[in-house]
Amino acid sequence: MTDIAVEVRGLTKSYGNVNALAGIDLQIGHGEVFALLGPNGAGKTTTVEILEGYRHRDGGEVAVLGLDPGRQRARLKKHIGIVLQSTGVDRFLTVAETIAMYSGYYPRPRPVDEVIEVVGLTEKRNSRVVKLSGGQQRRLDVAIALCGDPQLLFLDEPTTGFDPSARHEAWDVVRNLATLGKTVLLTTHYMDEAQHLADRVAVIAAGRIVAEGTPATLAGRDTARARVRYRLPGGVVPPADLGEPPDPDGFVEFAPEDLARALHSLTGWAIEHAIALDELQILRPSLEDVYLELTGAATEAVTAPGVRPPAARSPQ
Amino acid sequence: MNAPALTLTQMRYVNKAFWRNPVSAFFTFAFPLMFLVIFTALLGRDTIVVGGREVDLSTYYVAAMVSFSVITATYNNIATSLTFQRDLGVLKRTNGTPLPTGVYLAARVFHALLVSLLLVAITVAFGTVFYDSEVPTGATLARLLAMLMIGAASFCALGFAVTAVIPNADAAAPIVNATILPLLFLSGIFIPIGDNAPDWLTWTARIFPVKPFADGVQAGFLGTAFHWSDALVVGAWGIFGLIMAARYFSWEPRT
Ligand SMILES: Nc1ncnc2c1ncn2[C@@H]1O[C@H](COP(=O)(O)OP(=O)(O)OP(=O)(O)O)[C@@H](O)[C@H]1O
Ligand SMILES: [Mg+2]
Repeated sequence: MTDIAVEVRGLTKSYGNVNALAGIDLQIGHGEVFALLGPNGAGKTTTVEILEGYRHRDGGEVAVLGLDPGRQRARLKKHIGIVLQSTGVDRFLTVAETIAMYSGYYPRPRPVDEVIEVVGLTEKRNSRVVKLSGGQQRRLDVAIALCGDPQLLFLDEPTTGFDPSARHEAWDVVRNLATLGKTVLLTTHYMDEAQHLADRVAVIAAGRIVAEGTPATLAGRDTARARVRYRLPGGVVPPADLGEPPDPDGFVEFAPEDLARALHSLTGWAIEHAIALDELQILRPSLEDVYLELTGAATEAVTAPGVRPPAARSPQ
Repeated sequence: MNAPALTLTQMRYVNKAFWRNPVSAFFTFAFPLMFLVIFTALLGRDTIVVGGREVDLSTYYVAAMVSFSVITATYNNIATSLTFQRDLGVLKRTNGTPLPTGVYLAARVFHALLVSLLLVAITVAFGTVFYDSEVPTGATLARLLAMLMIGAASFCALGFAVTAVIPNADAAAPIVNATILPLLFLSGIFIPIGDNAPDWLTWTARIFPVKPFADGVQAGFLGTAFHWSDALVVGAWGIFGLIMAARYFSWEPRT
């Protein structure tokens, strides 16, 4: 096997006249944690479900663990674990029964109690699924995906609906998997999640990859000019090379060519004039800033995280 | 694990979930038995002429409720439970695991057959104990069992097929009832239909699978004539159901 776990070239897909994917290219190495970011309807689930073999592609080449998910799905299923964006389980079985049942489908399953432990459901081991909270059901989803001891894990918005501590625990689970050399492809609307977990991220918007890189360098974040921001007392105007005249609140912001020199002359000038330089900050674009820029301000309103419930679970 | 062992294990989980779900346990299991008690208590002492013979209505109802139990345990049960599983996303999830889809579906079918068998046994025992209805023997018994098997398998297939026209779980019960209730009435399951029924009614009912199935089962209990053509009609519907299911069955929720 090569070093490449997932290879996608020129992937296209449309639903009727909705062009969901307009040529996606991706390469994910073995052992890598890869995050797919993008606004609602960008094509994340479509991409992931094509890789999982649920949906058929219109065009392009796809290899997942060296297999074509369209034609070699049966072989692929043994080696992957899937957390779908919205999914359910039989509500009348207990947590342990559910995991035992799914484990039975795989050639080399992980021990049931180990899987339950990993997702932190040990206390709920003998509870029926119907009695679990939304976040606990999502953990069960992750547990089911883990029970076949997969090489490659697909997580479509795995932590939506989690409380902050559950999210951190979920991150630990994913990081542990990464330490074991597993490959993870996840989608998320949380920038901090991508920042914490992903070795690499890709931003997808309207069916195209608009940027790809490590969370730290995405879209030139690291090389983007730092901005200096400070506050002046009323009536004071900075020298011309240290920014424009202040805004009504007294704030000045500028992007110097040479940060060290600019700071040097700024602090020198401030000491000379006995100015406190309240709230001096050096700003670099956050992952969220570049994300919003890349996906367009228009989508800002709809990308707020947590807008959808974790899964559709109707009463039986 | 090999397929038969997997099917057996899967069936055990289906069985567990079945009995823990108050809705399925009640409507599939308790419902037919409740009807049996009510009908026989109300009308058990009357008689009716069927196939040229005068029989007690209690015996008539034992046969009718055997048919009814098999139909609810297979057609109603499979159609509703699969629609729920589909809408919940259970089918989609299962479809993403290495479990062969045939094993998953077979486990449901075998479970439905098992429940049918249990219901038939209870119904017959009830009839024997309280109304002295006779348990068939010999060739009659063999024909009855053949009819039960063909019927159960066919109604399972039709249960799979009808999920294709059920848009979501909320619509499951109404659609299942809308398709089966008229046939149950038309075929004399609830209101006895004897030899004096109008011809058009008998012939309309004969086109559909419920009446031939009920007639075949009746032959086992009432000593009326058994027609293999009845088995043929039921089996043909089963094959039709299978073809439709193979073509239109969906593992994902219909949106
Ligand atoms: N089964 C379908 N039938 C028709 N259109 C679909 C279907 N699934 C997705 N689409 C459309 O394809 C586009 C991409 O959808 P997709 O679910 O891949 O987005 P996403 O990035 O996962 O969004 P979200 O963040 O909301 O989960 C959307 O415009 C969506 O409406
Ligand atoms: Mg999605």
